[in-house]
Amino acid sequence: MGIRFDSVTVAYDGNVVLDALDLRVEPGEVMALLGPSGSGKTTALRAVAGFVRPASGRVFLGDRDVTDLPPHRRGIGMVVQSYALFPHMRVQDNVAFGLKARRVAKAEIGPRVAEALEMTGMAGYARRYPRELSGGQQQRVAIARALAIRPDVLLLDEPLSALDARLRSGMLAELARLHRELPEVSILYVTHDQVEALTLADRIAVMDQARLKDCGTPQELYRTPRTEFTASFVGNANLLPVTVGDGGVSFAGGMLKVDTGGAAPGARATLCVRPHLVGLGSGPNQLTGTVAEIQWRGSTHRLYVDVDGHRIMADLRELKEPPVHGRPVTLHFAPEDATLLTAGVSGDG
Amino acid sequence: MLVHSRKGKWTAWAVFFVLFLPLFALPLLVILAASFATSWPGVLPAGATTAHYAAATRGEALQALVTSLVTAVTASLLALIAGTWAALAGAALGRRRRAVLDALFMLPVAVPPVVVGLAVLVAFSQPPFLLNGTRWIVIVAHTVLVTAFAHQSVSAALERLDPACEQVAASLGARPAYVLWRVKLPLLLPSLGAAAGLCFALSMGELSATVMLYPPDWTPLTVLIYAATDRGALFAGSALAVVLMTTTLLVLLAVSRVRTKASYR
Ligand SMILES: Nc1ncnc2c1ncn2[C@@H]1O[C@H](COP(=O)(O)OP(=O)(O)OP(=O)(O)O)[C@@H](O)[C@H]1O
Ligand SMILES: [Mg+2]
Repeated sequence: MGIRFDSVTVAYDGNVVLDALDLRVEPGEVMALLGPSGSGKTTALRAVAGFVRPASGRVFLGDRDVTDLPPHRRGIGMVVQSYALFPHMRVQDNVAFGLKARRVAKAEIGPRVAEALEMTGMAGYARRYPRELSGGQQQRVAIARALAIRPDVLLLDEPLSALDARLRSGMLAELARLHRELPEVSILYVTHDQVEALTLADRIAVMDQARLKDCGTPQELYRTPRTEFTASFVGNANLLPVTVGDGGVSFAGGMLKVDTGGAAPGARATLCVRPHLVGLGSGPNQLTGTVAEIQWRGSTHRLYVDVDGHRIMADLRELKEPPVHGRPVTLHFAPEDATLLTAGVSGDG
Repeated sequence: MLVHSRKGKWTAWAVFFVLFLPLFALPLLVILAASFATSWPGVLPAGATTAHYAAATRGEALQALVTSLVTAVTASLLALIAGTWAALAGAALGRRRRAVLDALFMLPVAVPPVVVGLAVLVAFSQPPFLLNGTRWIVIVAHTVLVTAFAHQSVSAALERLDPACEQVAASLGARPAYVLWRVKLPLLLPSLGAAAGLCFALSMGELSATVMLYPPDWTPLTVLIYAATDRGALFAGSALAVVLMTTTLLVLLAVSRVRTKASYR
């Protein structure tokens, strides 16, 4: 079952925290809601779950308008930021809660609890209390509890934010596997971590300051972002202030050959170049500057180069003889690896 | 204790004993001594007899103890129900209306118990609310007096409750009544236990409102103790007081054991 936001606005005490959100999650799709803290991601989720009433706009689950339905009649599986396991119940009773509340036949509850625990790898912990589990285990129980009711829609609010980096990548893989096992469930996944969004999502909705900024597949947003905000939030980006010229742009006194896509000559724009697409040495589009900082990251070197007062990042495969701090270097990038952003340029006011 | 140095610890204990012994422990110890005494020749009571206890645990005294227990248990339960109900209802109200409700429930604490006693007496002495002369007028007065504490402690606990638990429960398909019964009340259980203990102890020791209201066939133990001291029977009164204290403590202990079992954090 899909989810549809139809111009949903949410305000707390007259303070708009979600501004006319239009968004559609297709049946079986994983949609990531990506944005900085306070951008309204949780609020959007709460509107779907029914914990907050939109000031205007409608929320649809499938074809059903659920805007006026109380939470318990929406049939949604939800995992909140804090997990909110019931501390007074064993793991198995936590998972069985939704089934008992919905008066599922007693004989059916046991097998379904076992199935949900099996799916999340928590079968061995059924008789524990939540306080006896680690953060990652609690999170799995929270997911099992949400899955046990076999929802058509699963809402996940930063489910991995409490976990350390290693557990997190493990859980990411498990969530991907879960979705392969349950391909018909639509998932709305809130995160402020771009790696999670890029890894898991079929599409990403980028939010900032209560608004939807951009929406598209991870590849679209990464390769051809439409705004500076998207470019910097989905992956790292060099954002160079440029002026559109004829067949290219001028930057730091020189011309760079890029596809201007019909932008008016003389207009100010931003050129987005991903750090891993920047090379060392001479090439098509050359930039010369001094090495401001160099970081060894195991398999790569990250170079920060000051070009005419602008700092440019380059991620290079580990260098045998890395350049020396303070020395002049030349960088280059291919014309097709740059994206010209004409919308939402800072300095436009 | 938060004091770490050895000297600091000794000082803390010394201060504790200097304050605690004369203020709290000594009077109680003197009562304990008096309850076994036959005479009071000097500073301390003297002699050793269990006759006062024999009297304090049968007949009229036993009857009074049972009266006190029944009154306290009933009043505590009523207070717990009313206080919890009001706290739950209050949590759903806006901030201002909630402040009004809280103030209303605090009123019986702000007003002296004698005044509450008088108010209850006046209010329930005329038909159709004629409780005067029955045990119910005592129970009603006690309930009015202790509900404030139940309401207070349950409200505070409700405020600390994670709203996410409730919301997740609802999203899983639980109707509000089911959420209340299966999630909220179990999570409140430790606080309900604490509130019950407090109400019970307060009711067991209540005197000032009770003396204005009690009918002859419903004499709580506190009234009996008061009567004993009033007619100069200090030793008999002391024995009754020790019985009252011990019973209350035992019940509180039992309640707190239930509470430890119910707490899960
Ligand atoms: N109950 C509330 N009352 C008033 N303001 C609120 C309430 N809940 C959220 N807000 C405000 O709404 C805005 C959006 O909050 P929201 O929780 O949706 O952010 P978020 O994108 O989920 O952030 P995070 O990544 O930190 O979880 C914030 O500015 C927050 O202060
Ligand atoms: Mg959030």
